[in-house]
Amino acid sequence: MIKPEPSPQDLQYLVAQAGLDADQLCRAYRQLCLIRSFENLIADRYYIGKTPEFNMAAGPIRGEMHLAVGQEAVAVGVCSLLGDGDAVVSTHRPHHHALAKGVEPKKLAAEIFGKASGLCHGKGGHMHLFDAGRHFACSGIVGASFPQAAGAAFAFRKLGQRTVAVAFAGEGAANHGTFAETLNVAGLFQLPLVVVIEDNLYADSTPKWAALSTVHHFQRAQSFNIPSYVVDGMDFIDVYRVAKLVIERARNGMGPALIEAVCYRYRGHFEGDAEEYRTREEVERWQALDPIPRLGERLKTLGWADEAMLNRLRDEAQQEAEAAIQFAESSPLPEPQEALMGVFQ
Amino acid sequence: MRKLKGLAFAIAEAIDQEMAHNERLVVLGEDVTYWGAVFGFTMGLFPKYGRERVVDTPITEQTFMGMAVGAASVGLHPVVSLMFVDFCGAGFDQMFNHMAKNYYMSGGQLPMPVTVITAIGGGYGDAAQHSQVLYSLFAHLPGFKIVVPATAYDAKGLTMRALADPNPVIIFGHKLLTGLPFLPFEGEEEEVPEERYTVELGQAAVRRQGQDLTIVAAGLMVPRSLKAAERLAQEGISAEVIDLRTLVPLDEATLVASARKTGRVLIVDEDYMSYGLSGEVAFRIQAGALRSLKAPIQRLAVPDVPIPFSEPLERAVIPSVERIYEAARSLVGAQALA
Repeated sequence: MIKPEPSPQDLQYLVAQAGLDADQLCRAYRQLCLIRSFENLIADRYYIGKTPEFNMAAGPIRGEMHLAVGQEAVAVGVCSLLGDGDAVVSTHRPHHHALAKGVEPKKLAAEIFGKASGLCHGKGGHMHLFDAGRHFACSGIVGASFPQAAGAAFAFRKLGQRTVAVAFAGEGAANHGTFAETLNVAGLFQLPLVVVIEDNLYADSTPKWAALSTVHHFQRAQSFNIPSYVVDGMDFIDVYRVAKLVIERARNGMGPALIEAVCYRYRGHFEGDAEEYRTREEVERWQALDPIPRLGERLKTLGWADEAMLNRLRDEAQQEAEAAIQFAESSPLPEPQEALMGVFQ
Repeated sequence: MRKLKGLAFAIAEAIDQEMAHNERLVVLGEDVTYWGAVFGFTMGLFPKYGRERVVDTPITEQTFMGMAVGAASVGLHPVVSLMFVDFCGAGFDQMFNHMAKNYYMSGGQLPMPVTVITAIGGGYGDAAQHSQVLYSLFAHLPGFKIVVPATAYDAKGLTMRALADPNPVIIFGHKLLTGLPFLPFEGEEEEVPEERYTVELGQAAVRRQGQDLTIVAAGLMVPRSLKAAERLAQEGISAEVIDLRTLVPLDEATLVASARKTGRVLIVDEDYMSYGLSGEVAFRIQAGALRSLKAPIQRLAVPDVPIPFSEPLERAVIPSVERIYEAARSLVGAQALA
């Protein structure tokens, strides 16, 4: 869902309408860059020991790896409106959500490396990241985020809190029963829940046309009487505007909403994916819509940043990501006997 | 005879050869076209049979398992891919309350020829939700036949046999035995006939003859037990290694005969320790060979914790060659070493 590029005058109107100032927009730019740098560095380290022969079990980061390069604007657009008390339940592709939610990059990286200093002391790994203090959770099981976020929303209301819950999921997960079941419950109970579908057009290797009887997810949510919006997931401002509206409504007891963010992942479903199911040209078409330069250009148009400022923000983000990776790499592995502890409280 | 590396191609070839003979076979599941169900069990079928018979489903386990139940009851033989066995939860109701029961509950009216193929196992850093084997969960439920091949020969023959079975059969292919280039491979290249053949269900294989103890294993634990047996042999301990091949039906006769011969049994299982394969096999063996047992039956399994991500933690819970060797050695005891 690519919307017309606003004129300079309209851009001022749009950011004013969204309540975004120069500081917020620069911080968002830095966040996008932080996620991009973090994901690229993880990719770089992931292939250590895995080239020339790709062996998933080799190298400092083992197992599957799902990176979110290209999808940063969805995470930052939504999560920059949330506080530590708001809950996010993410997916098998969770790093961008975690970073946008404020999870400490060092602890996040250390968990991805399986280190004792990681968020979960090495027990969770890349698809199982938990930060209770920031109400961040995720799951490697497709479709698992919807009901868990609904449960958090249910609890917030019972506890009389003005916090909200956000479920992130891909468009593939929206074909899961939990999507329809959760929308029904959320609509029925008017839960402070925002469901965000990151529609990157492919469920693993399966293109959307082969898995979806409709084109859009907002149509499905509307049938549960849930206000639903389509946004350009490659555009921070567009995601933010709508997210602000629905999160404020949910906070004020006005019930759930769905945001369908059309976006694209530049890398494979997982690292090592041969990507037979799509063309290089398609990837390049979407890369032309990259959220980072798009926001950078707009910052310049608004007169809120110049090229030097953007460079500085990018460098800062890169350094922060590098520091996180270095922390992870220099941390010790957990002791083997830790494996037998912690099944029960 | 040509040589094959791993289970994946063997299973895919079996499906291919049966599909060519039986138009009622239809493949259903996630990523079964371009990716061959990720772990290769359906590779090569999409170019040959197209989307008409090799059907990518949305990520809807409950629904495609239910569709398999419905389709089987009116004349198709669905071959269903459950990408990782860990995802069974998402479709389990259709499996355990319907696929496994409808033939029985209908008094034999509803046929249920369904073959489910799923990938199991850890050891490559995929953590708690993508590393389980879970076959004991399914074996516990009356109505499923449970196949756990350890070799490519068995994988092809058992799959052929499953595809001819009028009942639900679940084939559990271990990821570290698939022979795919992106995963470690712990099996061996072996000769596998190109023509069609079947391996009967319920017949365990004695992979190595021995006198001092019996090691019972399935899936990846078979090659690991064989490697441990080689080390034991260097110390003069003669281990018999039994590959269960199928958990349901279970070849009690072979197990009991071996236990009577050796008097000592070690069960090696990659599933969780409690309430699973190891307890069941131990029960069956003691019931048939109690008087021959020289020591309590021992078991080595995942010690009732989720599979942790970090490498040293994962290594601490999944039975390794080293730990099989040590457990066998201590079971045989000092007198055998003298």
